[in-house]
Amino acid sequence: MGHLAYDAAHLFGGAVLALSFVLLYQRRLTAVINAYALQALVLAIAAAWQGWAQGAPHLFLTAAITLGVKAIAIPLGMHSFVRRLGMNRAVESALGVFPSMALGVGLVALSIMVVLPVTAQSHMLTREDLALALSVVLMGMLMMISRRTALTQVIGFMSMENGLILAAVSVEGMPLVVELSVAVLVLLAFAVFGVFFFRIRDQFDSLHLDHLDRVDGGPR
Amino acid sequence: MNAAFGFLALVLHLGLMLAAAPILIGAIRKLKARLLARTGPPIIQPWRDLAKLAQKQPVLAENASWLFSAAPAAAFAATLAAAALVPSFALGMTTAPASDLLVIGGLLALARVILALAGMDVGTAFGGIGSSREMMYASFAEPALVLVIFTLALLAGGTNLDAIAGLLVGGSQGLRVSLALALLAILALALVENGRIPIDNPATHLELTMVHEAMVLEYSGRHLALIEAAAALKLLVWLGLIAAIFAPFGIAPAGAPPVAWLIGLGAWVGKIAVLGVALSAFETSIAKMRVFRVPEFLGIAILFAMLAVVFLFVSQGFA
Amino acid sequence: MTALFLPAMAALVSALLALAVASAVAADANRAHLAAMGSLGICGLGVILSTGFLLTGGQADGLTIGVGLPGMPLHLVLDGLSGAFLVLLMLAGVAASAAALDDHGAYRATAPFFPAFIAGMALTLLAGDGFALLLGFEVMSIASFALVLTDHRTPEVRSAALLYIGVATVGAVCLVAALGLLSFGGDFSFAVIRAHPPEGWRATAIMVLTLIGAGSKAGLVPLHVWLPPAHAAAPGHVSALMSGAMTKIALYVLIRLMFDLCGPGQPIWWGAPLVILGAVGAVLGGLRANMEADIKTVLASSTVEHIGLIAVGLGVALAARSADLTGLAALAFGGALLHAMAHALFKSLLFLAAGATQHAAGTRRLDRLGGLIARMPKTTVMVLIGAAGLSALPPTGGFAGEWSLMQAVIAAPRIGGLGWQILMCVAAAMMALAAALAASAAVRLIGVAWLGRPRSPRAAGATDPGRPMLAALAGLAGLSIAVGLFPGAVLGLLAPAIGFATGAGPGAHAGAFMIAAQTDQPGYAAPAIAVVLGLAGAAVFFAIRRWTVAGERRAPAWDCGFGAPPAWLPFGDPATQYGGASFAQPLRRALGTSLMAAREKVDMPDPGDLRPASLTVTLADPSAAYLFAPSGRLRDRLAEYADRMQLLTIRSTLAVMFIALLVFLIAIAGLQHL
Repeated sequence: MGHLAYDAAHLFGGAVLALSFVLLYQRRLTAVINAYALQALVLAIAAAWQGWAQGAPHLFLTAAITLGVKAIAIPLGMHSFVRRLGMNRAVESALGVFPSMALGVGLVALSIMVVLPVTAQSHMLTREDLALALSVVLMGMLMMISRRTALTQVIGFMSMENGLILAAVSVEGMPLVVELSVAVLVLLAFAVFGVFFFRIRDQFDSLHLDHLDRVDGGPR
Repeated sequence: MNAAFGFLALVLHLGLMLAAAPILIGAIRKLKARLLARTGPPIIQPWRDLAKLAQKQPVLAENASWLFSAAPAAAFAATLAAAALVPSFALGMTTAPASDLLVIGGLLALARVILALAGMDVGTAFGGIGSSREMMYASFAEPALVLVIFTLALLAGGTNLDAIAGLLVGGSQGLRVSLALALLAILALALVENGRIPIDNPATHLELTMVHEAMVLEYSGRHLALIEAAAALKLLVWLGLIAAIFAPFGIAPAGAPPVAWLIGLGAWVGKIAVLGVALSAFETSIAKMRVFRVPEFLGIAILFAMLAVVFLFVSQGFA
Repeated sequence: MTALFLPAMAALVSALLALAVASAVAADANRAHLAAMGSLGICGLGVILSTGFLLTGGQADGLTIGVGLPGMPLHLVLDGLSGAFLVLLMLAGVAASAAALDDHGAYRATAPFFPAFIAGMALTLLAGDGFALLLGFEVMSIASFALVLTDHRTPEVRSAALLYIGVATVGAVCLVAALGLLSFGGDFSFAVIRAHPPEGWRATAIMVLTLIGAGSKAGLVPLHVWLPPAHAAAPGHVSALMSGAMTKIALYVLIRLMFDLCGPGQPIWWGAPLVILGAVGAVLGGLRANMEADIKTVLASSTVEHIGLIAVGLGVALAARSADLTGLAALAFGGALLHAMAHALFKSLLFLAAGATQHAAGTRRLDRLGGLIARMPKTTVMVLIGAAGLSALPPTGGFAGEWSLMQAVIAAPRIGGLGWQILMCVAAAMMALAAALAASAAVRLIGVAWLGRPRSPRAAGATDPGRPMLAALAGLAGLSIAVGLFPGAVLGLLAPAIGFATGAGPGAHAGAFMIAAQTDQPGYAAPAIAVVLGLAGAAVFFAIRRWTVAGERRAPAWDCGFGAPPAWLPFGDPATQYGGASFAQPLRRALGTSLMAAREKVDMPDPGDLRPASLTVTLADPSAAYLFAPSGRLRDRLAEYADRMQLLTIRSTLAVMFIALLVFLIAIAGLQHL
């Protein structure tokens, strides 16, 4: 790979990471979905770029899957779910925005410190890319544990998976990238639908008369 | 010969900055109006406003002190000094050896402190609310600025803006994650420092939502003209700073003949235009945030700048 | 010629002590005058001598005096390091003595302690052995304790002084232990110690003890809690000396022990504690300066901030020297010294002005002052100059100092590994935050106390202080401006000290017109920046003259259309102005609730109720809450145990003594086999 190819790949990796921070920063459900779509889009570009730079056509397939499903289909579906189910638009967070962002920076530092010694023989930029990918994975996990609503947890999960794909495409000659992305896709589909089924059940559960008592200021 | 060219470039640069600053404001207003499907005032309207204000006697509050009258000129002078240090079309101006980024930050802080003091001088609540909020924003903006400078200094081996621009224009650094993160941080900073939406609304008419405008509420006449000119100049300085660091291409190198200045001038106008369009588009598409969201917003900028530094540590192989 | 400096300085110290005795026995009426006048003369001589010493190269010189403990004569030493701090001390001393001349009969009781205080500090600087150092340090502590108690009828003053002497005792114990560990074969003289620097656990223990002992006096976190109340409680000229000079003397002790006596062979991580404590202290001090309601407490909190910044510089210098990066060490150490010098000048100035304000307006509370710019115009100009330095605005000395410190931190990542690099990055962010917080505090202090309208009749009747005080203020302001304009010259003057502590050659980074991070690079050209600012100002001035209409009109404040105040409120309703608590509100909400445990309580009476509404703000310094309160409880519990011991039977008492003896013997045995 040439100098520019590396730099650009690196920049895309950085953009995916920056969008992980953007995901953590959002307070509205629709904005979270949009930020996720954007992250998937950047990931697709990164995969396509790597496909071009490494001369590996199968990466274009990964890029196409990422673009079609994760950047377009899933976000659209989620938007319509949010609209139809009339879900609460605000992100309920167990941890404040700034603490979770600061924790995110800590995670990035941690993944750098973990990745660098382990991969001491590899090229410096590959190591950095791996550190970026690991940070994205960890930030996805952070999002899952620090957000209360199911939908945001799923998005955290999917963003984590974005990190995995990022790692897979950045290392030259990684086998089974496409298979991996397809497998993860199926898993994702199950997770998303599972959540919505639970969500619907939750709503029926919560249709309890006790909850209505509170509305008009009755006894608590 | 070089010294003469450097001085000539400086004079032309200052003239350009002074003339262009109100035009930039006018252009942004016009563009924002067009984006909202309004006609908007003509682009030279800010110049007309300044000319009009300059011909009006200021009305001072009865208990206003000398500091209140002196502040607009002092703040403008500090901003002008900062403008003299930020190159536009050519490197190697007479002020180049002194154009330290920390000093530029310090001069802008000087202008801010002077105006914040003036806001407290008459003893009205609006001045106080503006001053206190402005100083709070500054408290969070400064760390982000210093960390961006830290990033650049690690890349270029010093904090001299002229040297940094000269180094980056060579393209030897390539595309860097650190530079991208630092760019994000400095963009957020520029919004805060210039009181743009979503931090502050420069066109609002509701006093309680204002920060900078509330601080200078008591000013009128030629004082107000100076303050508005200083604000416009500050915006241009910030955009010029971003352009000089993150898009230095086209700028005439030190000691280049004046023909290169023309190319540099064209490139500079292009860069400022791109930044101005981006700013207008951003401002029309976003709502103002609550005052206490701003520290969080700047906290993000600090974290991004910190990440930029950390990535640089890693990629420069210090570890 | 050069051999004369040390005896002359020693003579000055004895003269100060003699002056203390003389003023103690002098008649009541002219006691204060005698002490102030005498100190003024002696300190003036001291300035000349110490500057001359530095200018002639600062060659180290030693002297042995046959007084002191049996078999242990006092060693005095004058070298580059002590010379630099002597200049600082004597300058602050001159200003404080001049200001003390402007007394109003209030300083009479404690006047003899004033020369003794200066003498103690000077002795600390001249000390050439551990005993002399401790002697000077303790004279300084006790004299300043007495001076803090000048206004001892006020309960706050008494509690502040008690807290101070308590912390000072803890610090003294730690210093004694540190010097004991340093001593080589029972010899405390610095020359001997220097030849046998400590190693291993002994060195680490010395570092920790020094950080506690000297750090507590300097106002280093977490033992800074005593500083704001004590510096606020003392009379103005004493606070000026405490904040301007005494904190620096403590830093000198820290430098002497950690840089000089422990030798250059210490590990790199030795710099880290100083950097961490300094950065945390800078932010906490800066934040607290934004919250306090008393002008002198605000200034004292800002001292904590600036000491923190200096400590960061010292930490970087220490680490750089261990890594053999002499140039970087000199940059960091020079930045620390330059900032110490600038801080000594502008903080003394501000404390003197605060004292004058307290006398003129009868109060130090922000919400009782206001509008002093029209009533104390000369003082206000000086305060503005001092506050510009405090806010680190170019082209002041404060900016030059912080610029050098920041350059050192920016260059410091090459010293160590990733951990150290990230520490430097965080430290840079915290230093910037601290500097911006200081600027905010300065705007709040001046905006509320000196601008606006008077909030009390006494404030409305304030006037400028008398001539001696004005002269002191003007002198300090002039020196502050000079340091700001020619930081390179100041660094050149301090070169012997920088060379002594870091081993760097003279003037590596400083020209007369430019200070730079590296010799061949552009840096901060203070005179050039001042010229650019001046030219810009002149251009604006002429543009105004040329293109705008002249004159101005006066009218009631616009205030968004609020009505003009009624005739019986000539200054308007002072309570509608922004006060100290209201100015602090944004920062209090954004940072204060988490870092300073700030809580607001609004008491809003019901409609029809005639009670005034009120806002109560409470603050708790984290170190007071998490360190001092638990140790207070521990002390109570220990006292309880000790109480119980008094009721023991004779047999148990003997058993206790026996056990103590055994422990002692075991310790000796253990040490011999180590």
